[in-house]
Amino acid sequence: MSGGLIETLQQMFSYQFMQHAFEAGTLIALVAGVTGYFVVLRRSAFTAHAFSEIGFAGASGAVLVGIPPIGGLVLGSVLGGLAIAALGRRAANRDTQIGIVLAFALGLGLLFISNYKAYATTAYSILFGEILGVSVQDVLLTLAASIFILGAMGFMYRPLLFASLDEDVAEAKGMPMLFLGTAFMLVVAVSVSFAVQVTGVLLIFSLMVTPAATSQYLSRRPQVAIIISTAIALSAVWVGLTIAFVTPYPVSFFITAFVFGLYLIVRISRSLIKPRKLKASEEQPILVSQSQVG
Amino acid sequence: MSKIGSVTASISLTSEDLIIAEDLAAGYKDKLVWKNANFAFGHGEFIAIIGPNGAGKTTMFRMILGLQPPINGSLRIFGKPPSRGNPKIGYVPQRHLIDSETNIEAVEIVRLGLSGKKWGFNPFSREDREAAYKALESVSGIDLAHRPLGVLSGGELQRIFLAEAMVSKPEVLLLDEPLSNLDIRRETELLHLINDAVAKQNVTALLIAHNINPLLPHLNKVMYVANGKVATGKPSEVLTSESLTSLYGVQIEVLRDPHGNVAIIGVEEHHGDVPL
Repeated sequence: MSGGLIETLQQMFSYQFMQHAFEAGTLIALVAGVTGYFVVLRRSAFTAHAFSEIGFAGASGAVLVGIPPIGGLVLGSVLGGLAIAALGRRAANRDTQIGIVLAFALGLGLLFISNYKAYATTAYSILFGEILGVSVQDVLLTLAASIFILGAMGFMYRPLLFASLDEDVAEAKGMPMLFLGTAFMLVVAVSVSFAVQVTGVLLIFSLMVTPAATSQYLSRRPQVAIIISTAIALSAVWVGLTIAFVTPYPVSFFITAFVFGLYLIVRISRSLIKPRKLKASEEQPILVSQSQVG
Repeated sequence: MSKIGSVTASISLTSEDLIIAEDLAAGYKDKLVWKNANFAFGHGEFIAIIGPNGAGKTTMFRMILGLQPPINGSLRIFGKPPSRGNPKIGYVPQRHLIDSETNIEAVEIVRLGLSGKKWGFNPFSREDREAAYKALESVSGIDLAHRPLGVLSGGELQRIFLAEAMVSKPEVLLLDEPLSNLDIRRETELLHLINDAVAKQNVTALLIAHNINPLLPHLNKVMYVANGKVATGKPSEVLTSESLTSLYGVQIEVLRDPHGNVAIIGVEEHHGDVPL
């Protein structure tokens, strides 16, 4: 790395493909940080991963018929999201069924892609991400999707948090649980489709799960945790793109390495300073006034 | 059968009554859970629902909440048939402990009890937080406000859930086995908190329990659900060998010790399958 950081950054942003990569990467990090918080809270990480692999079948199918991969990704993962939502509540935790569908989707994607040897690079970029090849149109499409997703998450924020934290009470209070579950699955499906541009199908956890999982150790307040999760995702994308620019290695690796390193640091330091869990016998007794006794 | 008459006759319908059931029956398509339930509960009453596992106690709550329609008879709450999402009903479901990984502060779930139904992004509402703190105060839980839900003990969680239910100032409170898994000291403490809330806010509380004895000093009425039947009335009227024996048609003994504790002997665990 010759020259100072400033010069490197100046040089980096002189390339249009790097500008586009930063623009798309920033939007995706915002979306992944926010939706990822609920993915982790609802224990739906495996579902998010399934979306990306069902999206892979869609993307490779799209390449086969000559339409942009992102179209196939969105279509594939949205259909997957609707299917999982249709299975009913708690379906997001049905590991076995989701795993069965996921394996078949990946196989289907392999079939589509194997017909077109010339598209081996396409397969590689869908699987591992190709943020450096993002076009202006891709950036604008990502911007539109991000506005939609962040708007939907803002609108659903409280009911979704309620339904995620206390399903039985939320249902008794008349919340539309099926609608909420379906809407959230669709938002995650679209988020995953776009995040795949950065991380690829196989590394989707690095933006959708790891930052949110780390943030839950750092704040007990959901709004703060969401901000931290988004900040981690943003830093990972920015740092990853910058290091990848000055080294010959792929962006996705540096993103996964950044979030994993941070997760390890947080977990280890937390276990060192973790407050002791009180035993029942050590709990503070509740003060009950004399008038109440009797 | 005259004894059943004496149990149900103690219920006089008035316009003051919040929850009224007439010849109510609960069940599913091909399975009756219980039938012929008649009761009326007024403002500020404390009612215990007891009976063996699977007898249909939670089903009663699901009907009051509007989650399950009656298969016969009528149920009216606030003068209308039950509808899902009635803000005047607070509900604490029976549940296991919250996932120990849940690192969200307790006050958050209390706040959601008030504003969790609202759409749109407004997470920093001052009124919400103040109401949540007040509700926590009423269950002596102010020191739990910023503790993570995942590390709270069973008794502490029950206080948080009670605050979550009370924060929206309900007129009816449904508590499904809040006392299970608590040791005697914590059971007594929670019961005093519930009783206090009922008295101060004039709430009608229905509480499902396994053991009636700690509840007896506080109760206005008891509902006994077993073998497809529901007996309701004052504890001294319902919990007698004569009334339960004549109601169920099998010999049932209600034993009392010198301290007033009761034990009900003779009803086997029963899981639906009531002959229609």
